[in-house]
Amino acid sequence: MRNINLVIVGGGPAGLAAAKAAYDAGERDILILEREAELGGILNQCIHNGFGLHTFKEELTGPEYAARYITEVINRNICYKLNATVIDVSNSKVVTYVSAEDGLVQLQAKAIILACGCRERPRGAINIAGMRGAGVFSAGTAQKLVNIDGYLPGKEVVILGSGDIGLIMARRMTFEGAHVSAVVELMPYSSGLNRNIVQCLNDFDIPLYFSHTVVDIKGKDRVEGVVIAQVDEKLQPIKSTERLIPCDTLLLSVGLLPENELAKNAEVQLSNTTGGAVVDENLMTNVDGVFECGNVLHVHDLVDFVSAESENAGKCAVDYINGIAPCRDKTVISCTNGVRYCVPTVLNRDEHYAPQSFKMRVANVFKKVELAVLADGVKIYGRKRPVVAPGEMENITLTAEQMQTLKQAKTVEITLIKGEVK
Amino acid sequence: MSREMICINCPMGCRLTVDDTDKSNIRVQGNTCPRGVTYAVNEITSPKRMVTGSVKVDGGTIPMVSVKTREAIPKGLIFDSLELLKTVTLKAPVHIGDVVVADIGGCGVDFIATKNVEAV
Repeated sequence: MRNINLVIVGGGPAGLAAAKAAYDAGERDILILEREAELGGILNQCIHNGFGLHTFKEELTGPEYAARYITEVINRNICYKLNATVIDVSNSKVVTYVSAEDGLVQLQAKAIILACGCRERPRGAINIAGMRGAGVFSAGTAQKLVNIDGYLPGKEVVILGSGDIGLIMARRMTFEGAHVSAVVELMPYSSGLNRNIVQCLNDFDIPLYFSHTVVDIKGKDRVEGVVIAQVDEKLQPIKSTERLIPCDTLLLSVGLLPENELAKNAEVQLSNTTGGAVVDENLMTNVDGVFECGNVLHVHDLVDFVSAESENAGKCAVDYINGIAPCRDKTVISCTNGVRYCVPTVLNRDEHYAPQSFKMRVANVFKKVELAVLADGVKIYGRKRPVVAPGEMENITLTAEQMQTLKQAKTVEITLIKGEVK
Repeated sequence: MSREMICINCPMGCRLTVDDTDKSNIRVQGNTCPRGVTYAVNEITSPKRMVTGSVKVDGGTIPMVSVKTREAIPKGLIFDSLELLKTVTLKAPVHIGDVVVADIGGCGVDFIATKNVEAV
């Protein structure tokens, strides 16, 4: 079995950024394993613009953003394998992959970065009743069909879910000559970015129905229509509000789930809230030397944040390879009062005090709140926000001094202080 | 007339209140940076959009190449610009920045490729 210092699973934005940072931190024995025929991951099918404002200070399309990082990786001569699917990662850091070129290969890694992204929730995950006719696609599948393969999957479209991919596909299908008659959202708010609601729906007068869902799909061979209904406060459909919308296609944009099958094999502890691993501030999981970054860890709004997080994972993986011992004493960060989750999930009670960013999501839309970090119940950081929403990740950065206080505290809490903000 | 608008310059998505009763003095509130004012004024006087799409490519490693307008084009030209894309078939190799359609509808902006497609 070949020994290798760092194996990165996934050649999308997370894997590419992690590889670049690991190289720049001095590591030369790196291998990226990518299951698709090219590097770049999901960015390849995200042909719309809006990527890179934070990283490159300009607006790029997905393929352009990917190309920048691919160039960085190629310029450094970092090794990568395409068409190589990782089928197992073990607790002792043995990575098994298969490819037509190499057959089945096992590698003994010193460190592993899981950068395998997320997948879409399918129809089965939300239990929509009805017929099984053709024409039900996840929004991302439709995106691949239109943008990569050049096929239009339908002409009369209803989209369930107002996440970013759903909104972007509403515009994309409209551009390609389809008619999008409705976007239907279960919640009373959208989990998509405002600018997508403006530029993908409002621009084309596509109606967005909040607090509505699809309760039935009609059509034996091909979708012929969907029945939508308003939902009550408990998200239960109201029978009297049901109505049929004729269509031949239903796109589902109902959330993304981190793809953690490999992490489970490696006995990585997962968070029930994010579906990603429980990680410390070095993005290391409970398994020494196994790291996670990008959408496999938690679903991000912007690829720029994925890149930044993954560069950190790359650096930290090199520290681990170079012998910096993992800390055993950890504090679990508790999220309260409307904060749904925070990454990192735990903090090492060590004496390494460096500025640290925390990313979090809230459970509902709250107005005029203060996002606060408490050490032993005392506020050490507060940030006033006019509005916070589940669709927009909150990002705060603490100073080295604040991190020292936090790491020495017995309890660490991230919370929302409501109604006290003047 | 006063209207509500969401600024789309960045992910902040500031909620703007725009009063354009006096066309020569459009008043904007709710922005957190100067770009919000520029956005609101442009949205009322001459709205523009970036347009992205994909076109066929022959002899390449993949069948389609993604394209974008080099800069935003007048909103009224969106569907005309998409019709132009349908008439184009490129030949590999195609590189990022290659002009795909020049001077869309006489507005002075080109469609350019946003992906490298090598020839097979």
